[in-house]
Amino acid sequence: MTRRVQLLENRSLLKLAAAAAPILLALIALPSLINTYQVQLVIYGLIAAIAALGFNLLLGYTGLLSFGHSAYFGIGAYSVAFVVAHLGPHSMEFYLLLGIPLVAVTSALFGYICVRHTRIFFGILTLAISQVVYSLALKLFWVTGGSDGLRVPRPSLFLGLLNFSGSHGFQFFIKSYYYYVLGIFVICVILMWVIVHSPFGKALQAIRDNEVRARFLGLRIRRFRWISFLVSGTFTGVAGILWAPLNGLTTPDILYWTFSGEIVFAALLGGFRNFTGPIVGGIVFTYLRTYAVASTEYWQLLLGVVLVTLVLVLPTGIVGAIARARQRLGRRNAVA
Amino acid sequence: MILLKTVNLRKQFGETRACDGLDFVVNKGEFLSLVGSNGAGKTTLVNLISAHLQPDSGQILLEDRDITFTTVAERIKAGIARSFQIVNLFDGLSVFDNVALAVFSRDGKTVKMTRLADHDGDARRETLDVLGQFGLASKAAAPAGRLAQGERKLLDVAVAYALRPRLLLLDEPTSGVSTHEKAQIMDTVSSVVRGGMVTAVVIEHDMDVVFRYSDRIVMMHEGSFLADGTPEEIRANKEVANILLGAPLAI
Amino acid sequence: MSILIIQLLNSLLYASVLFLIAAGLSLIFGVMRIVNLAHGSLYAVGAYVTAWLAGRGIALGVGLGWLFLLLPLGALSVALIGIVIEPLLLRPFYRRAEEYQLLVTFGLLQILEDLIRLVWGGTPLSADTLMDALPILHIGGLFYPAYNLLVIAIGVVAAVILWAVIYHTKFGVLLRATSQDRRMASALGLNVGLVYVVAFGIGCFMAGLGGAIVVPTQAAVLGMGVDALIIAFVVVVIGGLGSLKGALIGAVVVSFVRTAGIQFFPELELAVLYLIAALVLLVRPTGLFGTT
Repeated sequence: MTRRVQLLENRSLLKLAAAAAPILLALIALPSLINTYQVQLVIYGLIAAIAALGFNLLLGYTGLLSFGHSAYFGIGAYSVAFVVAHLGPHSMEFYLLLGIPLVAVTSALFGYICVRHTRIFFGILTLAISQVVYSLALKLFWVTGGSDGLRVPRPSLFLGLLNFSGSHGFQFFIKSYYYYVLGIFVICVILMWVIVHSPFGKALQAIRDNEVRARFLGLRIRRFRWISFLVSGTFTGVAGILWAPLNGLTTPDILYWTFSGEIVFAALLGGFRNFTGPIVGGIVFTYLRTYAVASTEYWQLLLGVVLVTLVLVLPTGIVGAIARARQRLGRRNAVA
Repeated sequence: MILLKTVNLRKQFGETRACDGLDFVVNKGEFLSLVGSNGAGKTTLVNLISAHLQPDSGQILLEDRDITFTTVAERIKAGIARSFQIVNLFDGLSVFDNVALAVFSRDGKTVKMTRLADHDGDARRETLDVLGQFGLASKAAAPAGRLAQGERKLLDVAVAYALRPRLLLLDEPTSGVSTHEKAQIMDTVSSVVRGGMVTAVVIEHDMDVVFRYSDRIVMMHEGSFLADGTPEEIRANKEVANILLGAPLAI
Repeated sequence: MSILIIQLLNSLLYASVLFLIAAGLSLIFGVMRIVNLAHGSLYAVGAYVTAWLAGRGIALGVGLGWLFLLLPLGALSVALIGIVIEPLLLRPFYRRAEEYQLLVTFGLLQILEDLIRLVWGGTPLSADTLMDALPILHIGGLFYPAYNLLVIAIGVVAAVILWAVIYHTKFGVLLRATSQDRRMASALGLNVGLVYVVAFGIGCFMAGLGGAIVVPTQAAVLGMGVDALIIAFVVVVIGGLGSLKGALIGAVVVSFVRTAGIQFFPELELAVLYLIAALVLLVRPTGLFGTT
């Protein structure tokens, strides 16, 4: 019996590795196959995937729906801008070194306030906090550049080993930054996978499924939710840190509630009830958004309509739908 | 040896006195059945002992330690675990994970974020052990939500048991299950009690089960104790038997 | 001294509008146990529709007296939207996980906010004419628009009517029964679906009315819906979700604090409000008069 359970787990780990390997290889080979603009798009996609992955720790695994994750993304991005403006070294490592603790502390602080409350209040509280941050970014224009935002020039990578200036600087930057982000993306995915499959992760899911029973197992509900919030906000903050140098500019838009909506949308699109859903959702959403923005001025409306449709028709998202289809095919094969 | 004692425990809901000055005693290692009609106060008493409710007045003592004002987490740490009348499981997790979680929680391992749960050998072994005792090992990988009712009840008890408590409180563990499954549940509980590993207080309505497995039967009625004794003593008590069974027993 | 009176009146005006929005939100939650994230956007729609109708009315040369009918009209239009939305978009989710309800109403919020931009564009829409139609009064040496007093009056009247309906009419009994126990109510033969639609309609009407009466005093702008949602949330946090009395008291408290806050800390006005909400939540998580 022990062996049976053991075999089951090894199988799922192997299956995961087997499924991930070709995708990773494809991602590594990508920049040589497509043009710079497309590579840029993929980088944005990976960043969105990291943001959604972080967000989904709260939604899919802890059962808390946050409408204010733009705050952590934005704080991450603005931290980069502040470092550029006031501290000096334009080094990506420096941005990460300073930015990550900052978003962690902010997530911890805001999370502490938010997790004391039930689902509905939690959601609106997260929305409210992000709106406060937004209004601060907008009003304190002498610090944050107001609605104009702050510029973020190209940083150096690997502690100054790689610098990007000159006529081909941009292309070289995009290509190098792609691999940089890809590396961080892989680290984030592995980290999140371990967290979710750890005893902590199981406890989180238990709390999500049955709060009363979890309490009767001796789990301190609030503390778990708080830690989950902290980790979740930090991941999304990392995405923001990676985003700022790529975008070249940080504006209050990424703090506005509509951006939180995009994060929610990405997770829902991919499917928030499984691990890979947000990753797929983040990447697909980036493409959707790019083409939506290009085709209509009222893409927020379009997004809203698609969101409502998704919830009505495809609540398990893309990955969920694929899983269901596979199940059905499997059953048909078994019957035949 | 007394494991748990309540002193003049009271709990009132509006006009209803669910627990009316109860002096309840549970001896170490015994299998105690708590019986009585619906609304007698049995679940309230269990709720008070497990910290689901706070008493209006009175004390709860665990081996002379006053635990009246401790929290749920503290009581679990002190060794009190319970199952629920309406099955309360983590439907999204597998059977294995449901029990494993109890093991992790008990050992304080739930803060571990950076180790895979499945790689903890000790926890794995213990979980499979418990599942084996409750006959659920073959269903280890199935999501708890997909089990049959009887199996869910078994799992509910298994999870509480996996906390390795000193006092196991079971609220109608055999309600809604087949006779075969009833026996399975009660045999397992009985054997772990006999093995000296746990004391059990069981709320039950099925009199066959009560008389077959209990060391001691305590009968409640409208918030007070009506009778307290071994199955033989209760059987011999014609009045009590009348109330319990609706008719005198033909012995 | 007179300045204080002006501040007082301004606070009451703001409280009046806030009460309408918050009471609508609370009513819907109390009866149906859902929080409509698009509630603030419905308020915004009420403001825009009213301002737009006022503009058209004036262009058509409609008499000023008639223009005041636009206020309930604006509110009614929002109620109609609500009556359409409830069966279509909300009913499918009553039995499902709460996340889906929140997601759908969030999607609705996005749709409405952009729809407003689509229909009326980005420039603020005002209805000053309505406000100017009423005289300016002399109060202790200072001038104060009579319209503002009208707004306060409407708020009070609405509170009274709502209270009367909920506690003294047969429909109110239906509402309260359904809010206490939906299954029991339906088992007793009450048409829960009808109660829900009407309750939702009333809640939306109130949000719309809030927007309608506020727009003559301040122009309708993009984003007013989300801001209103958040402040209404603070009100129900303080007053308690599901309580009419709570909405009233919460609205008054928030309004007065906001007025005071604007005086002393104009940048931090929002932050002060959240601080108070956070404090209340710490002490009494269900608010002063809340029902779960």
